Amino acid sequence: MSVDMNMNILIVDDYKTMLRIIRNLLKQLGFNNVDEATDGSMALQKLRDKDYGLVISDWNMEPMTGIQLLREVRADSKLKNLPFIMITAESKTENVVAAKEAGVNNYIVKPFNAATLKTKLSSVLGNF
Amino acid sequence: MAKSAKTSDAGMPPELNARLTELQAQSRSPSREDVAEVVTEMLQSLEGDLSEVNLKVYSELEGLAKYILAAKREIAALRPDDITSEHLPKATDELDAIVGSTEEATNGILQAMELLEGLTPQMPAEIAEQVTNAVTQVYESCNFQDITGQRITKVVKTLKHIEDRVEALVAAFGDEIQKYREHHPREEQQQKTTDEKLLNGPQLPDDAGKQADIDALLASFD
Repeated sequence: MSVDMNMNILIVDDYKTMLRIIRNLLKQLGFNNVDEATDGSMALQKLRDKDYGLVISDWNMEPMTGIQLLREVRADSKLKNLPFIMITAESKTENVVAAKEAGVNNYIVKPFNAATLKTKLSSVLGNF
Repeated sequence: MAKSAKTSDAGMPPELNARLTELQAQSRSPSREDVAEVVTEMLQSLEGDLSEVNLKVYSELEGLAKYILAAKREIAALRPDDITSEHLPKATDELDAIVGSTEEATNGILQAMELLEGLTPQMPAEIAEQVTNAVTQVYESCNFQDITGQRITKVVKTLKHIEDRVEALVAAFGDEIQKYREHHPREEQQQKTTDEKLLNGPQLPDDAGKQADIDALLASFD
């Protein structure tokens, strides 16, 4: 199955520079429809207002963290199957386990490079 | 010694009384060992609450009280109230300024890279690819801003924790610190030489002089 390069992607991070970096890297990979949110609650609202094909979220944000957003997404009947990649500096085993148990599709540790992002996207969405 | 003799008449054991009389009769002054022996015997003869052990405990307690008082004065001299009112807030502001300035610099770098990347369609394919790869490396490297920001946030939280503990200490030693402040007005600034006073490092954004203000000041000397 081919990847829809026109899908809407929501990136979530409380650092504007990180949003900008991820957006630029996604653009280099051919994904141009990228929206941004700066915490989980803002992201959740956007996810309920528009159709997205992927969420890429930071963990450590306020007031709603990335793991809380993930749990809300998986608990929502309309969003529960949405691909979700966590991209975070939280690299402890317990974090990865908690994210996996909450239903994350893949996990990227910051600082990351473009090759890792592409590999993880392919793993979640299929080769593109 | 007349007083001692009277006291001994009032209730001193006969052996001790005899020993004191013997010492009084000596032509020489009693030696240190003689005095120690008599004092020990006298303490052993005491009855009721004032045992030798009690006296030792009281002596230890008195020493401890003096030690605590000295420690309180030394802690007050460190001016822990300054730590919460001045040093820690200043450290937090400086760290916030670091986050702000690195964010600003990172955005500047990203903006320049985006401009460069936008020009690649006008470049020969081989050059465009090299430029794109270089730009990608810059994007990757700019991850540092997020990581350093998060690390600094952790440090700020630690400082806040220390601030809370020091505040508790200040509350516990409140009177002692207030007394110290009253008797020891601040002199550090006066002790600094003129050149040292000028070593303030980078100013926080709100405090920093703007180039236009500095130019105006320089012009005022002409």
